[in-house]
Amino acid sequence: MQALRYARATSIDEAVRMLREGGETARVLAGGTDVIVQARERRRVIDLFVDIKHIPDVMGMTYDAQRGLTVGAAVPLYQVYGNADVARVYPALRAATHVIGGKAIQGRASLGGNLGNSSPAADSIPAMMALDGVAAIAGPNGRREVHVDAFCTGPGRNVLQPGEFIVSLHFPQPVAHSGNAWERFIPRNEMDIAVVNAACALTLEGDVVTAARVALGAVAPTTIMVPGAAEALVGRRLTDDTIAAAGAAAKEAATPIEDMRGTVKQRKHLSDVLVQRVVRAAAEHARSR
Amino acid sequence: MVATPEKPAYKVIGTRPVRPDGVDKVTGRAAYGADVVLEGMLFGSILRAPHAHARIKRIDTSKALALPGVKAVVTNADFPAQESGTLDLGEGSANPKWLVDNVLAGDKTLYHGHAVAAVAATDWHIAEEALGLIEVEYEPLPFVIDVREAMLGTAPILHHDLRTNVRARGVDTPKDRETNIAMHMRIEKGDIAAGFAEADIVIEREFTTSQFHQGYIEPQNGTAYWNQDGQITVWTSTQGSFSVRDQMAALLAQPVAKIKVVPMEIGGGFGGKIPVYLEPVAAILSKKTGRPVKMWMPREAVFQATGPTSATWNRVKIGAKKDGTLVAADLELCYAAGAYPGSAVGAGVLCALAPYNLANQRIDGYDVVTNTPKTAAYRAPGAPASEYAVEAVVDEIARALDIDPMEMRLKNAPEEGTTGSTGAPWPRIGAKAVITAIKESPHYNSELQGEDVGRGVALGFWFNGGMESSSSAMVNPDGSISLILGSTDIGGTRASLAMQLAESLGVSYEDIKPQVVDTDSVGYTAVTGGSRTTFAGGWVAYELGQEIRKRLVERAARIWGVEPSAVTYGDNGVITGMDKDGKAQQFTFDEICKRLPSTGGHIAVSVTSRKNTTGPAYAGHIADVKVDRETGKVTVLRYTAVQDVGTAIHPAYVEGQIQGGAAQGIGMALQEEYWYDDQGRLRNGSFLDYRMPVANDLPPIEVILVEVPNPGHPYGVRGVGEAPIVPPMAAIRNALRDAIGVNFYHTPVTPTRILDELLPRE
Ligand SMILES: Cc1cc2nc3c(=O)[nH]c(=O)nc-3n(C[C@H](O)[C@H](O)[C@H](O)COP(=O)(O)OP(=O)(O)OC[C@H]3O[C@@H](n4cnc5c(N)ncnc54)[C@H](O)[C@@H]3O)c2cc1C
Repeated sequence: MQALRYARATSIDEAVRMLREGGETARVLAGGTDVIVQARERRRVIDLFVDIKHIPDVMGMTYDAQRGLTVGAAVPLYQVYGNADVARVYPALRAATHVIGGKAIQGRASLGGNLGNSSPAADSIPAMMALDGVAAIAGPNGRREVHVDAFCTGPGRNVLQPGEFIVSLHFPQPVAHSGNAWERFIPRNEMDIAVVNAACALTLEGDVVTAARVALGAVAPTTIMVPGAAEALVGRRLTDDTIAAAGAAAKEAATPIEDMRGTVKQRKHLSDVLVQRVVRAAAEHARSR
Repeated sequence: MVATPEKPAYKVIGTRPVRPDGVDKVTGRAAYGADVVLEGMLFGSILRAPHAHARIKRIDTSKALALPGVKAVVTNADFPAQESGTLDLGEGSANPKWLVDNVLAGDKTLYHGHAVAAVAATDWHIAEEALGLIEVEYEPLPFVIDVREAMLGTAPILHHDLRTNVRARGVDTPKDRETNIAMHMRIEKGDIAAGFAEADIVIEREFTTSQFHQGYIEPQNGTAYWNQDGQITVWTSTQGSFSVRDQMAALLAQPVAKIKVVPMEIGGGFGGKIPVYLEPVAAILSKKTGRPVKMWMPREAVFQATGPTSATWNRVKIGAKKDGTLVAADLELCYAAGAYPGSAVGAGVLCALAPYNLANQRIDGYDVVTNTPKTAAYRAPGAPASEYAVEAVVDEIARALDIDPMEMRLKNAPEEGTTGSTGAPWPRIGAKAVITAIKESPHYNSELQGEDVGRGVALGFWFNGGMESSSSAMVNPDGSISLILGSTDIGGTRASLAMQLAESLGVSYEDIKPQVVDTDSVGYTAVTGGSRTTFAGGWVAYELGQEIRKRLVERAARIWGVEPSAVTYGDNGVITGMDKDGKAQQFTFDEICKRLPSTGGHIAVSVTSRKNTTGPAYAGHIADVKVDRETGKVTVLRYTAVQDVGTAIHPAYVEGQIQGGAAQGIGMALQEEYWYDDQGRLRNGSFLDYRMPVANDLPPIEVILVEVPNPGHPYGVRGVGEAPIVPPMAAIRNALRDAIGVNFYHTPVTPTRILDELLPRE
């Protein structure tokens, strides 16, 4: 690893200043489970780490049944999936954070880091997209909000401008009779990278789907929303045929590449299978609440 | 579980004591190569080739040398020139010319990750930084990864001086033409045309296997200090300290007397820690700088540049009669050796049909160079691929004939006196005992439940090695014995050898203090490999015990004033006899030891011995699997490994060896493989993407030990460590056939490949 500087920010403004002054080669350091590995393997030129873990807003987590859930960008994942409200209301988020790395990784890794790294295969991003998460961003020009589904712009690329970073992630409170779920396919049972991952959040009125959001990972240059799958569900009774139509739409929407982790055929097929599985699981969650 | 009919009444053998190195290992005090710290030590790092095959046109190290902190940069030219020849490595051999070119490339780099130059600097980060400053001009050359393509006359040639005259079918390589075929061997027995004419059914299939890596947790490392007086000391993680010494002597053109190798604790080897990679480079860097140089490999380099197995292509044709009797077999085995000749195809040939008594057979084997890392030994090197192909075809025959697969194997099983592929008769072997134990096992007799589940079985065979071992023993006045070992301890051999010495003397295991020492402190000992150490080291321990018994008897005789022949050493360690006055006398072991200093001195003995009375090992595995048809994912529901282990000296360690081998074999069957891109670059050189199973990918592996003692060993020991990696690929493959009706011809059978079969063709 090359020599680099480390700076600890204790306020949002200080972090913004440090990042701006650091320029191109400054990076936010959250858990470091991506960025330290990248620095060691010289996949990125980094001169400055700005550690944000000492900024209170970035480390807090709040939930209330009116306003929903807000998670500080650097809150370690074990606190996210270990939270009872997350488990009850946002099982998609619980499931996705629970499988990232192993115990050691989860003690450090964060939602902000998973999103900031902007990998097309990131596990928590489809869950955050399905839950209509919103990233609160601070920067040299003040604050702004960006929906997670509009955050990533390419592999490892996103909307953040120089000096900007994510302060927290907000998830609205789901309306009554809503449910959500997340699943991934990996060849191993843990410590693996998603061949495909998928998430769904939906709302039921009786048997009829009144709202749905479906997201997929590892099948395009970024994690993607699958509006076609949502359209196949909304306004329809949740029958096997409806679910199959949502799966087919996901398969259609997936534009994966072939690499050592999977083939095009396999990834398109798994998009179908996993979307069907998360739709069923989300419906089950909706009915159980 | 131990399924043993009759067995001598041992006192120590068969118990499960704690290993002597256990406390140090679980408390983190055991010293591994990474723990070596010396005054003034430098850190070495290696620049690796980005191409699959390239000519090195120019190397400019001046910018790297100018970086503050950099003390030396070396290339192949810094090694003494080598002539072609043969160097015995214990498990396999090497040509010193190829060995040095593998350690640092000569005029060509032959695979992605091939070492090109090395830097020594005052810290690791500077050394790494300096690598980026070395300028290398490459001329990329056409490359070949696939073994069958490499055999074609049109293939890019790796070694322009390689000539092999091949006279076999389909392959036509005249003596005077450049070729990638480094060796062809054929063994034949009986008359295969007549054999096939007798057959009611003939099945012929082609199989391929991917390259697998040993995956030891501890990466290669080595520290060397070339002293000003010309003495070279090497601290390293190795399976054979003497093998490292001999390789170093050859590569550095130094007498062995100048080289001392200190084996550190080893974090796994499985055959891969026999060849040297870093140690000679550290030595020449040390010579240049006058300071000790420490090196270790990043994990990616371990995958790129240390020995994986061969990728193979195998054609198997077997004929059988309606009643299941196998009558003829015709095999063609092509093994990729990697960049330099020397795959394990020879063992693949010799093991392929060993589980069967088959009168008419012909086996052709080819050793082929390819633009991939030079292969190294990996647990039963060569055997898994060839036996997998045979076990798959035998399974298809049993299905076609509707015969129970184990019944069919029992019918064709070899036994003492029947002949193997070379025509040599088998000594006492446990093939039938293993098959019978499987047939009687609770697992084999259980019902499969659920959908898309299946069961498969397969046999496995491995010869086991003999070779040379040495040890010394010092008898202390307190009745303890220091046992000095030349074998590096990978799998609990301090314990298994101490137990055999204790047994031979009738003393307790706790009284033996084993330790592994450097090459200046014990006699020549071949590698810990070939499943040989508990066998060969056990022989030495037994002979040490006999010698100590003899010396103690002589001492007692002298004290009592009688002839040694009048004194008896009892198996409980008590020496009895009459003194010169005819009075009955006795010494316990502790009593006579206490008298040693005052009655003529301490006793120390050394033994070097080489025995070729090894006992081959037979294994049979049962696998139950479940397939998720939607995702192609396989769950191994239940797994049982049955093996003839001769005598289980320490049954827990024997079970551990078998479970470990099965776990690795399951990884090879389902998940692990080298993945090259279209430029011939290895893309999955990490544990993330080279998918060895993790604990929750595997079921508990049940072990049934069958003990058919090896008559060629005082305690009946056979090697146990390698045979268990042989059956899993076929057992799992055959179980998948049972579960979803698909015969697979490539391993690993990944979810991608399963979906490929289950989904409609596009
Ligand atoms: C062994 C191992 C297993 C893993 N398994 C998985 C897995 O199963 N699934 C998965 O998705 N990932 C996995 N990862 C990757 C990684 O752990 C996750 O992406 C994690 O969420 C990153 O979080 P972090 O806090 O460690 O991020 P860091 O490494 O600190 O940062 C990652 C990137 O995001 C930027 N960043 C961090 N925080 C912010 C912020 N608040 N605002 C703006 N930019 C920011 C950083 O500058 C950096 O570029 C694994 C990693 C390892 C080492």
